[in-house]
Amino acid sequence: MTWLPQLSPFTIVLIPMVGALAIALTAGSTRAGFAISWLTSAAFLVSVWGLAGPVVSGEVVEQAVWELLPGMAIAFSIEPLGMLFALLAATLWILATPYAIGYMTHGGYSSLARFFACYAIALGAAAGIAFADNLLTMFVFYEILSVSTYPLVAHDGTGKAKRGARTYLALLLLTSIGFWLPAMIWTWAATGSMTFTSGGIMAGQVDPAVGAILLILFMFGTGKAALMPFHRWLPAAMVAPTPVSALLHAVAVVKAGVFVVLKLAIYIFGLDYLKTLWSTDFVLYVATFTMLVASLIAMHQDNLKARLAYSTVSQLSYIVIGAMLATQLAAIGGGMHMLMHGFGKITLFFCAGAIYLASKKTRVSELDGLGRRMPITMAAFFIGAMCVIGLPPTGGLWSKWHLVSGAYDSGYALVLAAYLLSTLLNIAYLLPPVLRAFLKPLPAGESAGIKEAPWLCVIPLSLTALGTLVLFFLAQSGFELMAGIFSGVNG
Amino acid sequence: MTLLEFMPFIVLIPLIASGIVALLPGRNLPWLVTLLAATASAVIAAVVLPAAISEPALSYPFGNWPPPFGIEYRVDAANAFVALLVSGMAAITLLWAPKSVASEIHGRLGTFYALFLLALAGLLGITLTGDAFNVFVFLEISSLATYTLIAYGKDRRALLAAFRYLIMGTVGATFLLIGIAFLYMVTGTLNMADLAERLPELRDNNAVRAALAFIIVGMGLKLALLPLHLWLPNAYAYAPNFVTVFLAGTATKVALYVMLRFIFTVFSPDYSFVVLPLSTVLMVLAVAGMFAGSWVAMFQIHLKRMLAYSSIAQVGYMVLGVSLATATGLTAAFLHLFNHALIKTALFMAIGCVMYRTGSAKLDDLRGLGRQMPWTLTAFALAGLSIIGVPTTAGFISKWYLVLASIEAGAWWLVVLVLITSLMAVYYIWRVIEAAWFSERPAGAAPVPEAPLALLVPTWLVVALNFYFGLDTRLTVGASMAAADALLGSGAGLP
Repeated sequence: MTWLPQLSPFTIVLIPMVGALAIALTAGSTRAGFAISWLTSAAFLVSVWGLAGPVVSGEVVEQAVWELLPGMAIAFSIEPLGMLFALLAATLWILATPYAIGYMTHGGYSSLARFFACYAIALGAAAGIAFADNLLTMFVFYEILSVSTYPLVAHDGTGKAKRGARTYLALLLLTSIGFWLPAMIWTWAATGSMTFTSGGIMAGQVDPAVGAILLILFMFGTGKAALMPFHRWLPAAMVAPTPVSALLHAVAVVKAGVFVVLKLAIYIFGLDYLKTLWSTDFVLYVATFTMLVASLIAMHQDNLKARLAYSTVSQLSYIVIGAMLATQLAAIGGGMHMLMHGFGKITLFFCAGAIYLASKKTRVSELDGLGRRMPITMAAFFIGAMCVIGLPPTGGLWSKWHLVSGAYDSGYALVLAAYLLSTLLNIAYLLPPVLRAFLKPLPAGESAGIKEAPWLCVIPLSLTALGTLVLFFLAQSGFELMAGIFSGVNG
Repeated sequence: MTLLEFMPFIVLIPLIASGIVALLPGRNLPWLVTLLAATASAVIAAVVLPAAISEPALSYPFGNWPPPFGIEYRVDAANAFVALLVSGMAAITLLWAPKSVASEIHGRLGTFYALFLLALAGLLGITLTGDAFNVFVFLEISSLATYTLIAYGKDRRALLAAFRYLIMGTVGATFLLIGIAFLYMVTGTLNMADLAERLPELRDNNAVRAALAFIIVGMGLKLALLPLHLWLPNAYAYAPNFVTVFLAGTATKVALYVMLRFIFTVFSPDYSFVVLPLSTVLMVLAVAGMFAGSWVAMFQIHLKRMLAYSSIAQVGYMVLGVSLATATGLTAAFLHLFNHALIKTALFMAIGCVMYRTGSAKLDDLRGLGRQMPWTLTAFALAGLSIIGVPTTAGFISKWYLVLASIEAGAWWLVVLVLITSLMAVYYIWRVIEAAWFSERPAGAAPVPEAPLALLVPTWLVVALNFYFGLDTRLTVGASMAAADALLGSGAGLP
């Protein structure tokens, strides 16, 4: 893709920020706001893909923006994992843009300029996290992401929305300032470095007893990875309009969380050092616990979005486990699951929103026979569900494959069993909506005519569903990209 | 003759100008002369600072009486930095002043601005002088002027607040005077450098010990260090907005400087921290102030009071840096002294803008105001980020050094406490933001226009400075380190 423009990382991060400013200034004209949203997401997509070429070929893309204090800078550098995260966010943003426009106009929402401006800022912040060269830069964008999504969660302005948004922000800020920040400062004090380095910066510098505490602080400090007991913000965020739940709370925000976890494991602790810490096992089992318990809770949620939210909590822990297994295969599997789950879960949320728009239904128990009225949507839901479960022919198969193989290789039988059990649970909570929709008859009094959501919503969800199928065939290139992390070509 | 030789004029210009301004008629002319005087002071202070950092202390004997017999102005990195802060903040707040003062104070303004200049000259005099008794004199000049300025407040409670401050401030000043008198009694000198030379021989003298205790308590009062803070919330809350803005950035900072000057230069740290359990006492009081101040701020419905309590907490941060008695700790204290002046000035300015339009600083009256006064409240939010200590703001830099100093001193629990109080700051700033943007305007509230540019531009200037000094730390960190070195006697060993 050498024909695409190659911009510097900071410029790419600024594109959505500038777009947000432009959208905010168009507050009067909805049409102009939409146009700029399109333009911004397209420019972002092109520029992120433009960097993919150099990164795949092993080129090091680095940029130091500003030095705050000696050795402490706002700086960017791109390695395969961050590239993957940025590609995921950029690709899904361009698909989410029409969906959000369709959803927000047909849903009769107001304050659209604020909505789309914050939406863009959040994506810019996600790119900032993806490209961050050191902990400080990552922290800055991590916090921008938390704060910029607050107005989106509180968008309805109702008491319930505000309460949810408050829980959301409080938990994210509490964990990041309370745990992450001290861990970052401690790391700086102990190693004199905050830069992401191949093989980690802690080995030989930090006593494993201290490293173990740092790991706990970092892992629970990354509230966006939703480890129990700091997962409550994610279900709370479901009061947001569905485009927010779809792109941000299934992709940008939560994937930022697990991305941070992976990045810390690989580039700050280093996998070899991670194996020597006692708390690695502790975090591993907390994640295992989260994965299973969240699945069990999801089974009992009748509200479709709440069910999907707990499913996300559970799937995020797959990735955290992948990082904590501290083997290359599992870490790569975690990175791939970031991608696969992103596509699968955004499809599911798009469908949930489409169902709400077309029929005002929010509960699983109301979905009976809906497959006859919304065949495209429910088919896409089915494909998305297969991807999250990890069934062929979707990309989800491969990421789970690598995660499970990683668990097998490292000899954690308990984790292996938990993975398999959790997959069964996935089937138990994701397939019933599909079965109800296609196998049960419509409730009496509802006409059987086809009534899909507006095409602005249906097309994106079809495309993301298609994407999960395409990823089944393209998974190998993702694997090779990330294998570069450990082969020494990159980073 | 360079500007450097005008060093004493940093104090003399406002002092002389106050006499002239008092006689000027009308409302605009006194302001203009005041602004010119403060700007001139700031320019000289800006020239003096680099010289004071690179050279040993600059000295100016008043009336050509050589020290220690005459009064000496003695400037090193520490007080040059504080002088630049005070005169600079005075000039910037004066830019903000006219509209705000016009809405609160009626009639001719000659007296008002003359008092302001006296307060400024007093603060600068305290900062620059090398004579202990002279500190007291200037302290009284600035304090008396300040009491009067506070009493100008529109709210009648301003009178009571000013009276309370008068009582407590006088007690504080008297303590200082007693302390200085003890020192004079045993050494026969008032010159600080001379005192520093003579005191080591008198280590076991009880009068010297008592002097140290008296001075610290006296300055603790002026500094509003918990539990000596009671005068501050009401004084800040009911003073005219311009006075609050000015005091918040300068008065307590100068008191801290005096305390440091006595602890470190006059008594030397290996005396101060040994004869009194100063480290422990200051640390306990600092932490208590951080928590109590933040805690009370979280529940204030009057926003000026909220910010005032927040100031008490911030004073705690500065004193915490001091209590560590290390070079990094002192650097952190000086950094926060400077940065907090920027932060709190910006916040009070934003609230001043709100009060200018709505006449109220109550949280409830702020509901839904975010759409009507977006620039004002965005400025508040951005300055709020700085007080929380978000990276890229000035507040982050000072917290970073404070935390680093705690880690170096092996005091992990302090890191935790600093972070907890930062989270409390998140809460009290967030309340305002939520009220402004995510609440509906109360039914029946009249629509409010955005604040006038005359107020907005200086407010945003200070907000921009908050970000500037969060990104370009060469001046602040460099000067703070030099200031810490100057106080510690170029990195001398510490207990």
